[in-house]
Amino acid sequence: MNDTILEKLNVLANAAKYDVSCSSSGSSRSNNGKNIGNTVSCGICHSFTEDGRCISLLKVLLSNHCIYDCAYCVNRSSNDIARAAFTVDELAELTINFYRRNYIEGLFLSSGVMRNPDYTMERLMNVAKKLREVYRFNAYIHLKAIPGASPDLVKQAGLYADRMSVNIEIPTEQNLKILAPDKDFASVYQPMALIKENIIISKEERKKYRKSPVFSPAGQSTQLIIGASPENDRQILQLASGLYDFQKLKRVYYSGYVPVTLADNRLPALKQPPLIRENRLYQADWLLRFYEFKVDEIVNDEFQQLDLELDPKLSYALRNPHIFPIDINKADYEMILRIPGVGVRSAKLIVHSRKFGRLNENHLKKMGIVLKRAKYFITCNQLTDGHKDILPSIIRRNILNEKNKLLKRFNENQLSLFGDLVV
Amino acid sequence: MNIFLYDNTFEGLLTVVFESFKLKILPDAIVYKNKYQPSLLDISFEIITDVLKAERVWNGIKAKTSKEACDMVYHTFLSGMDNIGMIIFHYLQLTFAANYNVSVNYREESVLLIKQIQQKVLKEAHRMFMFVRFQKTNNDIYFAPIQPKYDVIPLIGKHFKNRFRDQIWIIYDTERDYGLYYDLKTVEEIKLEQHNINKSSGKIDASLLEEKEECYQVLWKSYFDAINIKERKNLKVQMQFMPKRFWNYLPEKNNG
Ligand code: SF4
Repeated sequence: MNDTILEKLNVLANAAKYDVSCSSSGSSRSNNGKNIGNTVSCGICHSFTEDGRCISLLKVLLSNHCIYDCAYCVNRSSNDIARAAFTVDELAELTINFYRRNYIEGLFLSSGVMRNPDYTMERLMNVAKKLREVYRFNAYIHLKAIPGASPDLVKQAGLYADRMSVNIEIPTEQNLKILAPDKDFASVYQPMALIKENIIISKEERKKYRKSPVFSPAGQSTQLIIGASPENDRQILQLASGLYDFQKLKRVYYSGYVPVTLADNRLPALKQPPLIRENRLYQADWLLRFYEFKVDEIVNDEFQQLDLELDPKLSYALRNPHIFPIDINKADYEMILRIPGVGVRSAKLIVHSRKFGRLNENHLKKMGIVLKRAKYFITCNQLTDGHKDILPSIIRRNILNEKNKLLKRFNENQLSLFGDLVV
Repeated sequence: MNIFLYDNTFEGLLTVVFESFKLKILPDAIVYKNKYQPSLLDISFEIITDVLKAERVWNGIKAKTSKEACDMVYHTFLSGMDNIGMIIFHYLQLTFAANYNVSVNYREESVLLIKQIQQKVLKEAHRMFMFVRFQKTNNDIYFAPIQPKYDVIPLIGKHFKNRFRDQIWIIYDTERDYGLYYDLKTVEEIKLEQHNINKSSGKIDASLLEEKEECYQVLWKSYFDAINIKERKNLKVQMQFMPKRFWNYLPEKNNG
């Protein structure tokens, strides 16, 4: 291996690192015996970087040369940085060799816009094609659709990829245009709509003919940058919820803006990325996808910005005292899920076990329910209903006190991205 | 104290259950016979493993509960915890005494306990899917030493077979000294007479590696560093998801 590959890898991984989605899940493709690799539906993390994020895929840019000049992006043409580009062969060989050593689940390939969108899209597609056809690589491939690329190329690329995505980045068009003068929502939504359409067509065809080609079987995702523009959480979550419902997206990723430039007054001067806010948005997104919450229940006219001190589920509970306490032994699964301190797994344990007799506090504790939190919101055999008379403001204070005690033990900024999702 | 001695195999443990039920003698402890230290107060029963008896118990569990519940017992056994014999015994007592499928009644302490141990074992197996690192040798074998906390070798063969069908590989538990060998057709358990693995670093002797192997380790390490966002440093979370005990065997972490 020569040093150039090492150098290119450094530059092009470094340039790709702000693209947040590492997930390789959603596609389940078995190996037919002749090929190398498979995908498993839960996705697997293979390592964790010092920032605590999961490495699942080899996430690189094919090239960080870019003709555009988006203010929030390290690769913008006006930025004075080292530039590099892989050849199709170099990248295919690197991917297959990482894969065979069990370093990665597959490839996540994006690129700056070289020459023009079609030129770039075609080369991205060629990497995927080479991997599939020459190396018989059957594992996960995520390709970025380059905004502005021709529908034909996007369509072809989707036949090689497990997932395709187009990043929206800036949540409203007005602000997108300020920060990325070469882009507009149409250039993002057109490929997004095209991908969605082809996924649906391919699914229909496969119902009729098992042999029809699969188009982007793991669906599509997108990313929003948080804090580079002034949108509030309500705008962001409504956008996300619409993307899930109408564009049928599999995931929306939120990426706290990491300042990549100092001298641009279109961007806020942040000392550090808004990590807590990003974490709260992920928690809210989680509520949308797994806890059967509607977006208006999490944010609405009166409540536009997520509470940074409390997770959104707890915050919801405190704003809606009338639905509590919830009876552990009787309430529906959906209601059990709404209890702060009860996650999906414990909710299932509860509904399974109560068929055999009433559950009491002791059972709950053993099942891993965070009683310190849940006790304000439930009734069961032993607990008196006394708690339900406590004012939300007092519950809030109590819980925050508990939390502060904990926080003293840890360092304040050692905040877990997913650690306290199940709350 | 009634002490049942067995050979530390799963079949052995099921035979213990069979004999105990037949003799109507309840064990106070179930102990691996090579580790047993006799005491004057003990009455010890040495149980000879009998596959047919074990199978009867196994089928009994299946009939009383479900296939999943059988797996749960087996996975729990693989934890190798000191008192695992008694934990499983109590659970099976309950299983056979009940007139319904107890395996999902988590109100029962012994059910919940078994379930929780199973989850730990499965988590460790999953961590092998994450953290196994193959090193390519000069005779074209992809070799991965591992040191799992529980005996998860029996749980991971299928995953790696499905994934790496067209390469010969070995995954070797350096602590329990046995492993899996895939020869492009089937996966078999093997025990190596000798191996040139540095047990503390997981590294294979450099003279045995394929020429590009070290390059790829360097590339991987450099990728690992380049993808990190310094402004978001969060070692606590890194450690939580990738505990230190795995680091020795990861090229991105053991190359200084
Ligand atoms: S087009 Fe993409 S790579 Fe180029 S500057 Fe904009 S965001 Fe960065």
